[in-house]
Amino acid sequence: MRLRIYYPVIAAALLIVVLHLALAATGKTFYMTQITMSAYYALVVIGLCLLMGYAGQISLGHAGFFAAGGYTVAVLTTCNLNGLRQTPLVEWLSRLGVLVSWRDLYGNEVLSVSPWPAFIAAILLTALIALAIGLPVIRLKGHYLAMATLGFGLIIYRLALGAKVLGQADGISGVPAFHLLGELQINGRTPFRIQNYYIAWSAVLVAMVLALNLVNSRVGRALRSIHQSEEAAHSLGIDTYRYKLATFILSAVLAAAGGAMLTHYNGSIGPSEVTVMKSVRYLAIVAVGGMANLWGAMIMGILLNFLSLRGVFGSFDDAVFGAILIGIMLFAPQGLLRVPKLQVLTSLLSRRSHG
Amino acid sequence: MNLPQIMQYGLSGITVGSVYAIVAVGFNIIYNTTGIINFAQGEFLIVGAMTAISLSHVVPLPVAILGAVLITTALGGLIELVFIRRVRDASVLRLIIVTIGLSIVIREAMLHIWDEKPWSLPYFTGTSSTTVSILGAYISVQVLWVLGVSAVIVTALTLFFRYTTTGRAMRACSDDRMAARLCGINDRWMVTLSFMLSAGIGALAGCVISPITQTQYDMGATLAIKGFTVAILGGLGNSMAAVAAGLFLGLLEALVVSQFASAYKEVVAIVVLLLILVFRPSGLFARRATSVRTA
Amino acid sequence: MSDILLETRNLHRSFGGVHAVRDVSMKVQAGTIKAVIGPNGAGKTTLFNLIAGTVAPQQGEVFFRGKRITAWKPHAVASLGIARTFQTTKLFPHMTVHENVMVGRHPRTRAGFVAGMLSLPWTWREDRETQIKAADILQDLDLASCSQEIASNLSFGRQRLVEFARALATEPELLLLDEPAAGLNIYETQELSKLILKIRDRGVTCLIVEHDMSLVMNISDDVLVLDQGRWVAEGPPAAIQRNPDVIRIYLGDEHA
Repeated sequence: MRLRIYYPVIAAALLIVVLHLALAATGKTFYMTQITMSAYYALVVIGLCLLMGYAGQISLGHAGFFAAGGYTVAVLTTCNLNGLRQTPLVEWLSRLGVLVSWRDLYGNEVLSVSPWPAFIAAILLTALIALAIGLPVIRLKGHYLAMATLGFGLIIYRLALGAKVLGQADGISGVPAFHLLGELQINGRTPFRIQNYYIAWSAVLVAMVLALNLVNSRVGRALRSIHQSEEAAHSLGIDTYRYKLATFILSAVLAAAGGAMLTHYNGSIGPSEVTVMKSVRYLAIVAVGGMANLWGAMIMGILLNFLSLRGVFGSFDDAVFGAILIGIMLFAPQGLLRVPKLQVLTSLLSRRSHG
Repeated sequence: MNLPQIMQYGLSGITVGSVYAIVAVGFNIIYNTTGIINFAQGEFLIVGAMTAISLSHVVPLPVAILGAVLITTALGGLIELVFIRRVRDASVLRLIIVTIGLSIVIREAMLHIWDEKPWSLPYFTGTSSTTVSILGAYISVQVLWVLGVSAVIVTALTLFFRYTTTGRAMRACSDDRMAARLCGINDRWMVTLSFMLSAGIGALAGCVISPITQTQYDMGATLAIKGFTVAILGGLGNSMAAVAAGLFLGLLEALVVSQFASAYKEVVAIVVLLLILVFRPSGLFARRATSVRTA
Repeated sequence: MSDILLETRNLHRSFGGVHAVRDVSMKVQAGTIKAVIGPNGAGKTTLFNLIAGTVAPQQGEVFFRGKRITAWKPHAVASLGIARTFQTTKLFPHMTVHENVMVGRHPRTRAGFVAGMLSLPWTWREDRETQIKAADILQDLDLASCSQEIASNLSFGRQRLVEFARALATEPELLLLDEPAAGLNIYETQELSKLILKIRDRGVTCLIVEHDMSLVMNISDDVLVLDQGRWVAEGPPAAIQRNPDVIRIYLGDEHA
């Protein structure tokens, strides 16, 4: 019976292939670029869904974690250590094999950290930041937690705008492709479009499987119990603080992974990824997906980001997400996928994530 | 620094500080009757100022300001009636999310109405170059307007909550909503009233500060986080302490600007906020611990 | 004399000048039912919270099986073998009855975040066992028929029983029951006393805060009387009923 939670994953995998074929048949393969980008944003949303929907903790700072991942790989893979070749640290790193030499757009030789070590560093650094922020902040309730995470997000935003090493208002560009394994690489150039469509979707499906496993496990039960009655959960031996903190870190790490991969895909990252509005957007997507509904969050994450990236909302881009927040809370607190008419269609997908 | 410089920075600190205090008082009014933090509080100031700016082209300044305050007050009431009241399963999380949504929608609406560029109201008396000299520091007359209006708002609110029946009824709601209802107080109307009141004083504050700082559609969020910092610093719900905390934050910002770069100014409030949340969540002036943390 | 399971020594806690618990020392023998009684505001629930770790004492110590557990956090106390119910029932309202009881297995299981995410085979087995154990407990308390119902849809009395079942699922040595009979009718109260006796007979020690005197006097082996946070008397029910200090507290000076 346990395998039942994976049926939607298989269905989703098939749909992804069908979508590819449909796009190819209609000559709209250029949509794949935005779908790929949306998929990386969906990673943030999946993490935030665990934190908000299951553990019941709000965060208005997840764009900060996304940026922590993105900026870390951007800095590490573009910094030129050529001039520092003789220093002991660089020599040591070089001997460890984490450095790579390549030529930038102008043909200059660049010595920088290669993508895999940079990616691992980004994940570890973000986990550390989330730990440092979470230790004091995750004890707070409701408004206080919302404001504290908002404050964290704003500090990262100011840092991105102010720090020279982060490129200030211009951000960092010229981030190289991420060679994953053999011919596989995260690369935004057109010849790699189809490959990257599948890489991004694979990342999303892997994250979904891990998240689904988690919410259907002992830990998932504990998280839901914390959400519903923290005092009772505590009295049953659940270390509520530790569980909330661990979920906070886990969701931050997912955001960082999304940020790091998207940065490689886009070849750049800038302060627009760190605005409060971005954090609010992730929150809106989790809400519209139905809070404690991983499939809802994932589908909405892809759909809304895709529409936004295609420019469908025009100059009302931010307003749309604001209106979504109000509308969902007023008319469909269980999320769009739980509105009765749609429920028949989606019950197959949305129920399962509850086990 | 010499005395005039200290005065200069000090007065500018007190000026912005008193505006932060008014934002914090706005937070407190709504928090006291509903227990929620209205993330759209900063937008009330901007809506007020923008409306006054538009009106000032057609009617005299005092009338424009009065009109703007009334319109924003109505907007506050409308927001409560149309949105807040209808939130199903009104948990804190949901209400926070609704007010966040509202702040974004209001901000984006202002972007479409008033554009991205900064606007400002004319100086209430004199021009931008009219100054008075206090202890060797030259300050704009508008500063006196800001301080005066802030003082009047805080005094009037204190009197209102202490001596009028409606004010007392609102306080009763904040102490115990159910008991207030049993005493025949219309608690729903009190909530609407609290939104109107905090929108109205927000609008007034937005108008008096506009000639000094100018007004741009997206300034609300910054004001909100600073106002919230001040509200927390004073202890949520405590308006007198909020004034002291507002002046403190204003002066601290002025000090940072005078000693370091103004780029760090925005970070000051956030750092203060995080510190206070971590170490003294019930506020600097609180005597007893309130439950903002989990066990 | 059997073993001492729980002991408090000079416990003290005040809230803003009000002394909720003052200098209370008491012992609970393993395998017995002990009741804590006293007028409103006597500090009974605070005493519970001090033992369960919800509130930290300002002075004094708590020992469980001779181990010092003063000011331990609730989850640590629970993991050690002390389970509790609440004065106002605190179920997980959106979970099924079965899931509620499964959460109670938390301290007896161990799958963490990594194991949970990877869904390792041993976590499947563990979860399967959790499901079976929870079902068994529900069966035992005659709750099997409502095991798939959402907790918040149950009647008040039923919710109370589910909270019981959930506490028992932690396999406690000591069960703290905070006013278990409050809001129950006379028949439900009778069922409850049978249940408490059954639990005791299986070796679970019970400490009960209760207002219902007939319940207390019928089932408890030992009674502690508190008044205004102070220890007043301790002893078997029959002796407590004759104790002049206790009579004075409940009926006033003229009856003593």
